[in-house]
Amino acid sequence: MNLVSVGFFLGIVGLTLLVTYFAAKRTSSASDFYTAGGGLTGWQNGFAIAGDYLSAAAFLGVSGAIALTGFDGFFFSVGYVVANLVLLYIIAEPMRNLGKYTLADMLTARFNEKRVRGVAATGTIVIVILYMIAQLVGAGALIKLLFGIEYWIAVLIVGVMMTTYVLFGGMTATSWVQIIKAGLLLFGTGLLAVLVFAKFNFSLMNMFDTIAVEHGEQYLVPGMKYSSSLDSVSMMMALVLGTSGLPHILMRFFTVKDAKTARSSISWTTWITAIFFSLTIFLGLGALHLVGAENIMAESKAGNTAAPLLAEYLGGDVLMSFISAVAFATILAVVSGLVLTGASAISHDIYGEIIKDGNLTEKQQVLAARIGSISIAIISIFLALFAQSLNVSFLVSFAFCIGASANLPVILYTIYWKKFNSTGVVAAITTGVLSCLILGAMGPNIWSEVPGAAIFVGKPLVNLAVPAIITIPLGFLAGYVGTMIGARKHNTADAERIYKEIRVKANTGVSVQDVSH
Amino acid sequence: MTEVKKAAKSTTFDSKDYAAIEAMDSFNTFVKKKNTFLFSMTAGFLFFYILLPILAFKPVLQQKWFGNITGVWVYSAALFVMTIVLCTIYIKRAATFDKQAAAVIAEYRAKGGN
Repeated sequence: MNLVSVGFFLGIVGLTLLVTYFAAKRTSSASDFYTAGGGLTGWQNGFAIAGDYLSAAAFLGVSGAIALTGFDGFFFSVGYVVANLVLLYIIAEPMRNLGKYTLADMLTARFNEKRVRGVAATGTIVIVILYMIAQLVGAGALIKLLFGIEYWIAVLIVGVMMTTYVLFGGMTATSWVQIIKAGLLLFGTGLLAVLVFAKFNFSLMNMFDTIAVEHGEQYLVPGMKYSSSLDSVSMMMALVLGTSGLPHILMRFFTVKDAKTARSSISWTTWITAIFFSLTIFLGLGALHLVGAENIMAESKAGNTAAPLLAEYLGGDVLMSFISAVAFATILAVVSGLVLTGASAISHDIYGEIIKDGNLTEKQQVLAARIGSISIAIISIFLALFAQSLNVSFLVSFAFCIGASANLPVILYTIYWKKFNSTGVVAAITTGVLSCLILGAMGPNIWSEVPGAAIFVGKPLVNLAVPAIITIPLGFLAGYVGTMIGARKHNTADAERIYKEIRVKANTGVSVQDVSH
Repeated sequence: MTEVKKAAKSTTFDSKDYAAIEAMDSFNTFVKKKNTFLFSMTAGFLFFYILLPILAFKPVLQQKWFGNITGVWVYSAALFVMTIVLCTIYIKRAATFDKQAAAVIAEYRAKGGN
């Protein structure tokens, strides 16, 4: 670790702590803590959503995957970009119009039952923990590689930082950490892409010709990683539909004042992600050509350090240190969003609303939120330390799978289906979560006949890396069947009255215009 | 009660108001039109999107289209462009929906509801 990288590293830490200091002064109520008081503007929330969304898996993972597997790595990029449209067209605005702090708030606006809140909060916690372990383990390994710090110390540094932002600055600090990170990430990848493009004389034809001739045409067509349509269709379904079910993304819609601002947020995010993922082509193919597949594999088998290595080739120590610092900021921004989301499920949904029946003062709510943040951070750090030697990056795809199979069906049914009821909610979320976990646990990420390639040695029972193609229909089906079973008991005149109310609120936003923030 | 509080109260709907608005023809026409637009567009872009991993393993997209640039890259680029275009279209249409929603509420108020 040299002086320049220490400088960039400390710069990121200092800047984010400064933001947290100012945010802490503005964080006094529960609404400040969970949603920054609902006062973010469209571009701010758009950058923050991008900051939440573009994880280390997207930045380092995708550029590495393109460098090592060519077009197969780019499938992810397409999925991440198109996913914005699902959010924009059918989720963002009704979500903003109906919810308060959490996904469970939005569901209980229609079905005011503790079991609905309980099952939704549990689904959120499962997703948050899976996502967080993957991020923390990746962060530990990456920081170890970039800065030469021991794995456990690296995990602790990230753990302490994320807890500090959330604990003192709540959603305001978390949002600004994400905004700063999204800005840095766009600048960093833009710079790398231009430098790479210059090496190919700013000609796309030249770039593709060079790759085809010097590295082989297999990089320019799918097939290096995915051998069949089925596997990639399943993964692509999880990406495009799962984004709309990720609780830390959904929560971001409550940080703006109305549906119009929610809409403009996603418009910003769409542009940012479209630009960013277009640049991944230059990063990936640039790393392949300039650094070389063997050199990338020598540092990290999954290619996670392709981008920093490319930076080193193009701009020496200074650029590499800068890109590593950007990667560090990326990790911090994503994990703090996850801590906050986990805390909202534990403290607001489970403790505040289920155990205490919503009878908490503002002060007690904020205290509960802070205790919840510390708990979720400690659990995740502990699990990440335990999972050090395991290859857990696939857990992110499980989180997308659960988002698409458990949360998306209940969100859509709640907004758009009159007959839907609470039995349907419980059935859909339970089925979605369990089917993803069970089928995933029988899949090739856990079982491989090649020792060391997965966690256990053996034949996978389900030959799909991401079982979304089975579990998404299962989740929707379970919601339907559950609704039919519970219809006699739950589809009363009162339920119809509430649905009418929801329908007016979701489509006109009247209730949101009236609340004070 | 101060003027401010009175004003705030007069804009708050109760469940009677919601039921009445939900029963209005103009509201239902508006929601139906809006949902038809949203879901047909969604079905459309999801269809073109999921064609990518299906066609990607077929000769048509594996062929070279321009120089060494194969069909999969061109199709993916088209999906990126589609995303930006549909995002812009949505923002334009949503402004119309906002006006229609406001008109429904105004109509309800004019009829003497709250």
